[in-house]
Amino acid sequence: MKQMIESQNLVFQYQTETGALPVLKDINLTVEEGSFVAILGHNGSGKSTLAKHFNAILLPSGGKVYVSGIDTTDEARLLEIRQTIGMVFQNPDNQIVANVVEEDVAFAPENLGVPPEEIRQRVDDALKTVGMYVYRTHAPHLLSGGQKQRIAIAGVIAMQPRCIVLDEPTAMLDPLGRREVMRTIHRLNRTHGITMVLITHHMEEAAEAKRVVVMDHGKILADGSPKEIFSQVELLRSIGLDVPETVDLLYQLRARGCPLPLDALSPEECARAIYSLFPPSESSRA
Amino acid sequence: MLKDITLGQYFPGDTFIHRLDPRVKLICVVLYIIALFSAKYFVTYGIMLLFLIVAVCVSKVRLTTILKGLKPIFIIVIITAFLNLFYTPGDPLAKVWIFTITRQGIRAAFFMVIRIIMLIIGTLLLTYTTSPIALTDGLESLLSPLKKIKAPIHELSMMMSIALRFIPTLIEETDKITNAQKARGADFETGNLIKRAKALLPLLVPLFISAFRRADELAVAMECRCYHGGEGRTRMRQLKFASFDYVTLVSGLVLCAGVIVLGRFGW
Repeated sequence: MKQMIESQNLVFQYQTETGALPVLKDINLTVEEGSFVAILGHNGSGKSTLAKHFNAILLPSGGKVYVSGIDTTDEARLLEIRQTIGMVFQNPDNQIVANVVEEDVAFAPENLGVPPEEIRQRVDDALKTVGMYVYRTHAPHLLSGGQKQRIAIAGVIAMQPRCIVLDEPTAMLDPLGRREVMRTIHRLNRTHGITMVLITHHMEEAAEAKRVVVMDHGKILADGSPKEIFSQVELLRSIGLDVPETVDLLYQLRARGCPLPLDALSPEECARAIYSLFPPSESSRA
Repeated sequence: MLKDITLGQYFPGDTFIHRLDPRVKLICVVLYIIALFSAKYFVTYGIMLLFLIVAVCVSKVRLTTILKGLKPIFIIVIITAFLNLFYTPGDPLAKVWIFTITRQGIRAAFFMVIRIIMLIIGTLLLTYTTSPIALTDGLESLLSPLKKIKAPIHELSMMMSIALRFIPTLIEETDKITNAQKARGADFETGNLIKRAKALLPLLVPLFISAFRRADELAVAMECRCYHGGEGRTRMRQLKFASFDYVTLVSGLVLCAGVIVLGRFGW
């Protein structure tokens, strides 16, 4: 598979009065095209800083970042990089530019100089993709948080990116809005083949990804499938992260001597694992 | 409490005036103002008034809405009338203490009041029937020739539309901060003017800090969506002149010219 994002020995530090403050220390990470990667980490682990390197908002202090083969320090191809990697941020209010939904979605293609008829087409398609077409003439500030965040996603899709980096897109949303947004980005990944990089600290969201990268203090601590990552309960807890409730339940049962696997992420899997503990005769009675 | 503020004052509708190109409306308002200041006497004011009444009727903006819009300038109208009434030199009609009322004064005051009221109604009609985005788009397009002399027209209109976009967001935020500070025991309602102004400080400081943070985040989000200034930028919504736009524009020009000529003859 082709590589969408590749970072090689990426180092980033902020310059302060007292000296350089390292935020990212030697990050080597590749994101394959079409994949769904969750980056998990505590506040201050450097995950947002890393995300900002993926579309040249920040440039590395050391090492290299390549976006589909383009070096992000190549200023002449800046727009190409930003068009390839779309970005969605935490606060939907602070990324909506216009006061009509469709005008906002049109913002990126307008910046790229797309002809007006094609912009219209892209805007309509993008709004239909996120299920917000009926709200196209509404004012964004009257919509719910989840709806606003879907508008922000539509605004990025209208740019026709091959990858979307989402920096805690659900942190400010209620559970309903969170589900709306998660469903939308999973669908985009499945049906449109858009690579997704989801930065989050919600374990349940990370568990739905195909690959989870755990960051702590500017370093990659673990990298693997959700099952591999979440079964390392002690490691996650040691850096202040939690595990999904299902894993927690299995972990506690195991600590009390039940021979259970730890890699059940969905409630069904978890239930099946516990169910298998009981011999058939007893369980049929229950 | 702050939710009641409606800035922009746009009333959506589908009348002839609503459908006019914003550029035509802007030009017509300018022409209207020029004509209004060239009008001299009953004939020319009559023409302008007739035009205004027709425009208001076509726009279907309710009379009460217009009166509400006039309310804030009521004091200005009174003061203007007062100044014109007593300070216009001419044939004295009556004298009260140091104030002299002249025939010319009465005439000047009468026409000045009418002029201000008609001026306000005319411009209100523009903002009532044109959405803020259409207005900024129209302004940008009308001023675009100034780009040749390096005037930042695109940047100005971008600033205007972003300001308009954030008004409701910041009002909401102000409400939230007000409530948060009230919950901490802040008192915004009692005390004299200075005390109340000081009480606003714990409201304004967080509001400003948050506005700066928003501005920062918005700038990054705009960059992520490939914003790089006005160069090479296209627009989804193209402003296009329809035939009735041309007709309106020509009629506006004729009316304005006519009033100027008639005004010259002292009508």
